[in-house]
Amino acid sequence: MKINKSAIVMIFYILFLMLPIYWLINMSLKTNQEILSTFSLWPNDLTFDNYMVIFTDPSWYGGYLNSITYVVMNTVISVSVALPAAYAFSRYNFMGDKHLFFWLLTNRMAPPAVFALPFFQLYSSVGLFDTHIAVALAHTLFNVPLAVWILEGFMRGVPKEIDETAYIDGYSFFGFFRKIFMPLIASGIGVAAFFCFMFSWVELLLSRTLTSVDAKSIAATMTRTVSASGLDWGVLAAAGVLTIIPGALVIYFVRNHIAKGFALGRV
Amino acid sequence: MLENITLTENDQPHIYETNLRLEKATMNVLLGATLSGKTTLMRLMAGLDKPSSGSILWNDEDVTGVRVQDRDIAFVYQQFINYPSLTVYENIASPLRLMNKNSADIDKAVRQCADLMKLSSFLTRKPLELSGGQQQRCALARALVKGSGLVLLDEPLANLDYKLREELRAEIPKIFADSGAIFVYATTEPEEALLLGGNTATLHEGRITQFGKTSTIYRQPKDATTARIFSNPPMNFLKLSKSGNKITFSDGTNAKASEALSKLGDGDYIAGFRPNHLELAQHSDMAIKFNAKLDVTEITGSETYMHMRHGGERWVGLVHGVHDLTLGEEVSVFLDPSHIYTFSQDGNMVLPAFYAKGI
Repeated sequence: MKINKSAIVMIFYILFLMLPIYWLINMSLKTNQEILSTFSLWPNDLTFDNYMVIFTDPSWYGGYLNSITYVVMNTVISVSVALPAAYAFSRYNFMGDKHLFFWLLTNRMAPPAVFALPFFQLYSSVGLFDTHIAVALAHTLFNVPLAVWILEGFMRGVPKEIDETAYIDGYSFFGFFRKIFMPLIASGIGVAAFFCFMFSWVELLLSRTLTSVDAKSIAATMTRTVSASGLDWGVLAAAGVLTIIPGALVIYFVRNHIAKGFALGRV
Repeated sequence: MLENITLTENDQPHIYETNLRLEKATMNVLLGATLSGKTTLMRLMAGLDKPSSGSILWNDEDVTGVRVQDRDIAFVYQQFINYPSLTVYENIASPLRLMNKNSADIDKAVRQCADLMKLSSFLTRKPLELSGGQQQRCALARALVKGSGLVLLDEPLANLDYKLREELRAEIPKIFADSGAIFVYATTEPEEALLLGGNTATLHEGRITQFGKTSTIYRQPKDATTARIFSNPPMNFLKLSKSGNKITFSDGTNAKASEALSKLGDGDYIAGFRPNHLELAQHSDMAIKFNAKLDVTEITGSETYMHMRHGGERWVGLVHGVHDLTLGEEVSVFLDPSHIYTFSQDGNMVLPAFYAKGI
């Protein structure tokens, strides 16, 4: 029998990639004692207690709810701000448009830590500290430029003649945008939303700096599980598994367009 | 309708001062090579672009600054522009929906229009699931269903293959006759202009060189530029000078100034004639014989195109049938003097060809 060499390479590669995730799931189904005492490839003493902790303890599931709240807020704000901006960049020429367009992306070049201090000070002084909107707004700094770039790429693929035909047919600008244009770039909107979601979901530093109790994110919760009795490995692993799930779900819905999204819509 | 329109962009004039009056219920063809300003002119008419100066009148009303949405126009592009997210039915219905018509009226109008454009069996499909020809029919249907007073067609058939083009081209005059609107049809092909009839405006580098009845322009072009535009392949030219009743062509060929050219005053002129008037055999005593060097021949089956060089001029000859000719050889071609248009040195028409005179 002929052995397909490339298949073997692929299998090893996939195993290599999946191993940490498997280990996480493995850990989440073990007791703390088993994690610390023995080395086992699968749980000897299968338990769902770790998950039960997360689903019953408000400080744990509250973290998820907080995260989802500001992530959704951020995604909605970012995409709705980016849509008109991207449209303007793709359709009109104005003074300095190319520079501005590039400058937008430079926003992403600074590490979030740079902005942690000013945001903290600013939000504290205007009373936004420890609110969902604070984190959502802080994340738009990084997400709006990205969404503008992605959407602009998709919009550029729509011929300008469609706009003009719609105006000639009698559509107002908003009618055209909503009824004709948005369906055409639906996949672009999906991808942009996905990228905003993803960034906001995994971002730790700003969300931790800007929240304390009421809007504490799941990532922040996870970093604060060190208690008097030491680290609760099992619960932490369970939280990790649950954190992967939303991203995996979202990525499933935009899987066909994701490559184009990574190329910022310019394919 | 168009009054002293000019369009200047980046200090470069795109459209020179243009006056054009399109009458109600007429078919108007804008004929010109690519980049001659056809599309620009149509966009100005539609109000998609604003003229730098001058004004656009509609029923004696100035509509220069009026929004596109508020104008009574329809536009069909060379590319097949439909709304990909809507079905064919909704595509055709969309202008009517925006007029707030009741749905029974819309349904009736859409179906009638779809019948006319042979789209009835595709109403539930999305435009991208149709062939190119059908997509363009859909775009045409959407333009027509509005019943607007001005329908602008910008090379609507240029992106279609030969067969479909012929088919749709035959339908456009019918559609026009039913609509009672002003049609403006831009094309690069003289044949299309002739097929559509009506009026033609020939465009050259942002200027309208002539506007009038299509057949008149074809037969009696005002100048050499118009003649060149309105001839496919382009008209051939050579210099001639007349003194007394003797004509000398630039290559030294002499001919008698027969009835066709006898009215010409003495002097130097440019002679122009259409490729299809060149012949390989001498059919009448009058025909003048020229020698030319054959560069390329193209055989389409029923016709042979001969690309030749005659002195400094490039000539194209179009003869019936398949001819076996050796490339690079001298060929003798014959031209009946009654097919010669004469232009003055600066390109203005002096005498139309004799055959075209009485018409």
